Amino acid sequence: MTVATTLNNQRTASGRNLFALLRAVPWTKTRRGLTIPLLLLFSWWAVYHFGWTKSQLFVPPEKVWDTAKKLYETGYLGTSLYASLQRDIIGFVIGTSIGLLVGTTLGLSRFFENILGPTFHALKQVSLLAWIPLISLWFGLGDAAKVAFLSLAAFFPVVLNTFEGIRSVPKEFVEVARVFDYSRWQLIRRIVIPSALPSIITGIYLALLYSWIATLGAEYLLTSGKGIGNLMTDGREHFWMDQVILGVIIVGLVGFALNVIAGFFERRVLAWRGGTTARFE
Amino acid sequence: MSSFPTLVADLASDDSLERAAARRKRGQRIGEFVAALHSALKRFALAWIFPLAVLGLWWLAAERGWVAEQILPNPTVVASTFHELWDSGDILNNLGISLLRVLYGFVAGALIGLALGISIGLSPVAKDYLYPLFRVFAQVPSLGWLPLLMMVVGIEESLKIILIAKAVAVPITINTYQGIQSVPTRFIEVARVYGFNRWQLLRKVVLPSALPPIWNGIRYGMTHAWLALVAVELLASSEGLGFMIVYGRQLFQLDVVIAAVIVVGAVGYTLDKVLALIEARLLHWRRQSF
Repeated sequence: MTVATTLNNQRTASGRNLFALLRAVPWTKTRRGLTIPLLLLFSWWAVYHFGWTKSQLFVPPEKVWDTAKKLYETGYLGTSLYASLQRDIIGFVIGTSIGLLVGTTLGLSRFFENILGPTFHALKQVSLLAWIPLISLWFGLGDAAKVAFLSLAAFFPVVLNTFEGIRSVPKEFVEVARVFDYSRWQLIRRIVIPSALPSIITGIYLALLYSWIATLGAEYLLTSGKGIGNLMTDGREHFWMDQVILGVIIVGLVGFALNVIAGFFERRVLAWRGGTTARFE
Repeated sequence: MSSFPTLVADLASDDSLERAAARRKRGQRIGEFVAALHSALKRFALAWIFPLAVLGLWWLAAERGWVAEQILPNPTVVASTFHELWDSGDILNNLGISLLRVLYGFVAGALIGLALGISIGLSPVAKDYLYPLFRVFAQVPSLGWLPLLMMVVGIEESLKIILIAKAVAVPITINTYQGIQSVPTRFIEVARVYGFNRWQLLRKVVLPSALPPIWNGIRYGMTHAWLALVAVELLASSEGLGFMIVYGRQLFQLDVVIAAVIVVGAVGYTLDKVLALIEARLLHWRRQSF
């Protein structure tokens, strides 16, 4: 991140000067950051190539790469990733939509908060994965059950953050709206939503990450069908360490990509708020 | 409101009037108390409407046979199963096993997280070396590491403890690090004026100031520990609450599943509440400034 911002600054400051770009890269930081990962990678490679272990579990790094290529060429990797992402997105969208609706209702109405709030807070405490066995008995083992579970995973953070965002709208804002004689809709549209938006976005952000984790959980426990989780379970059951490691890497990469997209989206949506004056360097 | 009767009492300086005023004042205080109690009771009563309605509908659905017993057992069956499992000690045994795992994993993870968070928070060199690797490591959720760990360490007790420790260490590291980073520079300048040594600086300035975010990390850690425990017990265990759920599902005994899910929720709730109580005590000094 710091590299990117420094690069950006350099670009605007002194044109596209290659030397300036090179100088802008924090070499010491990069070298230090890479030291331990490279050492680990080297020892992984060394352990295999000098034959220090006979364990079947120890596959060399290049084997993982080969497996990735092989699975990519056969299309297994693509279909798994596609299936996982598709169900992730569907579940996320359903859960977030319902969550926004419920969170707004709870936030705007004391009555609904009194009626539904305590139940919601109690249900929230049940570890998410514990719902899977119940869901699987109600929705079967297929995609319906997985999507239902993913929606649930996305639902909780969205409700919570929407609710808190609306409840923490400053009283003064609402008073100003009353002075201007806003209708209820205007109040929501012009005061409540903009002021609660950062918190709501946080909820959606969390929902995106949770639903990805939940995708994995659903695929481990509801073993029918395809997906990255199935790819890993499959690898584990057959003692294909390369496939499991590949799965771990993909899970991390997808999580990272979702993070980046969500961060980008967040900055775009909240751009009107302008830069913050509090900066950490 | 109360000034008028007092005024009258003063003017009349009559004993009975004064007493009446005092009584009215007391009555008012009681009235306020009753009103507060009333609104608390009202909220409490309203909180039960929805769950009871769901329970009623559930009972009706089971009683009338709208849904099959295998899909949704009668709530009375669930209650009696719960009672049975409680009496036979099944719930308590499994709960004990689960809690012990959480305890070990949490302590290990918290120690690692604090050590890592403090070192990368205090030392830029340590941060340069460790933080990128940590970020990559933390990028993969605990559930993602699970199949790999199962292959490397098997499905014994150590798997559960390692996974829980990982789930705990990540939020604690991040929060500790950020907490230390956001200690106001002024505090550190004051400490320098007083000639504090490194240990004093850490002990008297950095840690107290970073405590609220660190504590937040610990609370997140506990939530994650409980999540990770249920995950690992559902997937690879032969004891514990998670196993009870899997076992019940395999035998299509939904009453057992629901009973275990209720216990999982209740324990998660209690853990959170206990940490909130500790927080109120631990961060008590912070309130005094307001």
